[in-house]
Amino acid sequence: MKVLVPVKRVIDYNVKVRVKADGTGVDLANVKMSMNPFDEIAVEEAIRLKEAGKADEIVVVSIGVKQAQETLRTALAMGADRAILVTAADDVHTDIEPLAVAKILAAVAKEENPGLIIAGKQAIDNDMNATGQMLAALLGWSQATFASEVAVDGDTATVTREVDGGLQTVKVKMPAVITADLRLNEPRYASLPNIMKAKKKPLDEKTAADYGVDVSPRLTVVKTSEPPVRQAGIKVGSVDELVSKLKEAGAL
Amino acid sequence: MHFGLSEEQDMIVNTVRAFVENEIYPHEAMVERTGQVPLELGLEIKQKVIDLGFYACNFPEEVGGAGLSHLDFTLVERELGRGSMALTHFFGRPQNILMACEGEQKEKYLLPAVRGEKMDALAMTEPDAGSDVRGMKCQAQRDGGDWVINGSKHFISGAEHADFFIVFVATGVDDTPKGPKKRITCFLVDRGTPGFEVREGYTSVSHRGYKNYILYFDNCRLPDAQVLGEVDGGFAVMNEWLYATRLTVAAFCVGRARRCFDHALSYAAERKQFGQQIAKFQGISFQIADMITEIDAADWLTLSGAWRLDQGMEANREIASAKLYASEMLARVTDATLQIHGGMGLMDDFPIERFWRDARVERIWDGTSEIQRHIISRDLFRPLGA
Ligand SMILES: Cc1cc2nc3c(=O)[nH]c(=O)nc-3n(C[C@H](O)[C@H](O)[C@H](O)COP(=O)(O)OP(=O)(O)OC[C@H]3O[C@@H](n4cnc5c(N)ncnc54)[C@H](O)[C@@H]3O)c2cc1C
Repeated sequence: MKVLVPVKRVIDYNVKVRVKADGTGVDLANVKMSMNPFDEIAVEEAIRLKEAGKADEIVVVSIGVKQAQETLRTALAMGADRAILVTAADDVHTDIEPLAVAKILAAVAKEENPGLIIAGKQAIDNDMNATGQMLAALLGWSQATFASEVAVDGDTATVTREVDGGLQTVKVKMPAVITADLRLNEPRYASLPNIMKAKKKPLDEKTAADYGVDVSPRLTVVKTSEPPVRQAGIKVGSVDELVSKLKEAGAL
Repeated sequence: MHFGLSEEQDMIVNTVRAFVENEIYPHEAMVERTGQVPLELGLEIKQKVIDLGFYACNFPEEVGGAGLSHLDFTLVERELGRGSMALTHFFGRPQNILMACEGEQKEKYLLPAVRGEKMDALAMTEPDAGSDVRGMKCQAQRDGGDWVINGSKHFISGAEHADFFIVFVATGVDDTPKGPKKRITCFLVDRGTPGFEVREGYTSVSHRGYKNYILYFDNCRLPDAQVLGEVDGGFAVMNEWLYATRLTVAAFCVGRARRCFDHALSYAAERKQFGQQIAKFQGISFQIADMITEIDAADWLTLSGAWRLDQGMEANREIASAKLYASEMLARVTDATLQIHGGMGLMDDFPIERFWRDARVERIWDGTSEIQRHIISRDLFRPLGA
């Protein structure tokens, strides 16, 4: 079985995000970029399926600017076999919207015929949480989102999902789209031999036009702003004071 | 000229940095507090590094290493410099002088060291012979077909976990026009060899948990098979293989300085006095500007030294400059970072006081700053006959 894993190049989770002065988005110039952490989990899950003999090929695909090639190399260094880079923008600040990404991924999936697509549940930049779901809908495949456990058996996958207040276990028929949640696994570091091998692994370069997908935005960002600065706390001297302050704040 | 990292180099840097952040940082406070790395933890780190294929990555592929270039390896060292040295010791970069192993020595020392089965330590320094290595008193005399060693070595790092020691010993004196000159031979000495004892050394202000030891030789008998390189050829192996270790010190300093700098930058941006962020005071912001300028300068000096080695170019002076400048830069950067943190900088709630203490030894070991200046100036003046 082939597993397809979409990976997105996003601002590194350690970077303190700065809003651009004109409020149109966040500043991405000269900022450290990395693979979306949920996608790393998805890649890891695919590698584990391969190690368990359930998958035989892992294809990673990234849609965005040319620099996403670095993200693909990282996935190859982790253990993916092959990569497809779909260039869809020139400016690092251009975000390709979930529907366009899902359409391109659907086209890639039709060419590649994977048994499983494992995606991250969302990208940490825009937190859309939409691509996996849209992709499943476009392909007419089953979907299991927010996976914290995946077991593949024959042509079904049993997926434990993280839902509000608990876990839900679903069985889906493959081909299927699974989206990875935080607790699915702990991604590995790229080993040095794999880093050295990554360059030799095939990386196909495509453009959005190759798939006939129009990536022009449908959404307009009205404003981007910093989260409100947290107010400093106060220290109370006694229980009585605490109670009265809580009453003042309307919490009691 | 091209100043960017390749994709591989980028991944090497990212991987080692992530490793240090996830596998080393969480244990640092404990190591500082106890002055000790629990052996199980050290071995666990070592196993992870072996599994990742980074163990002994400074060795060529023929002997089981990863065959990294000097430049790639310097990038690894730079990222490791961020972490506690007591812990990153288990990241395993055996002394590359082991490449001088011949015949059975390869099976006994070189290959096990590369595989992580045996750890090494290197001993040159003596109480009366530091910068003046050749002034060493520890000596070996012929007895039958063997060597009998007497004397001591001190300040020996890594001895705690070493299975064997690479020891430089005087094996005779030559009369030269400039006076008597000692001949030096390098020996491989197994822990537990009769007449050889390893004792705990001094408590150092720098790199807690990365201890130094004293080695004693009391009629320690070694066969010729334990000679690394040629008899009386100790300086030759030293010069061939230990030449580049100064770059690892420089790389350490750059990595450590960058970690320290991040603290300085964010503290200056957050700490408020007189109703504003202290970064708004030019007295602080200009220090930050100087710090990053010096860090970048040291970084490029170090990487270019490594690059020169890879090109097969002369690099002795350049490496000395890198070691000198990076270690002195780290002293200034850690000191300024501490100053920016005010009193809190001295408290062990922050790692700053530790960075500041750790920095001190970098100007001393692997050739003091004065010795590096000596190397640099001799390189410039020798051709002028001065
Ligand atoms: C924590 C620690 C770990 C170490 N680990 C090891 C190890 O694993 N193996 C090992 O072999 N060694 C090790 N060393 C030894 C280290 O390399 C020496 O400390 C160093 O070479 C300096 O020698 P010294 O301390 O005897 O100082 P000295 O040589 O006595 O120097 C004293 C002062 O005189 C100056 N000086 C000396 N000669 C000159 C000159 N010609 N011109 C100008 N100034 C001069 C020096 O720069 C210094 O300021 C370690 C040292 C320390 C502190």
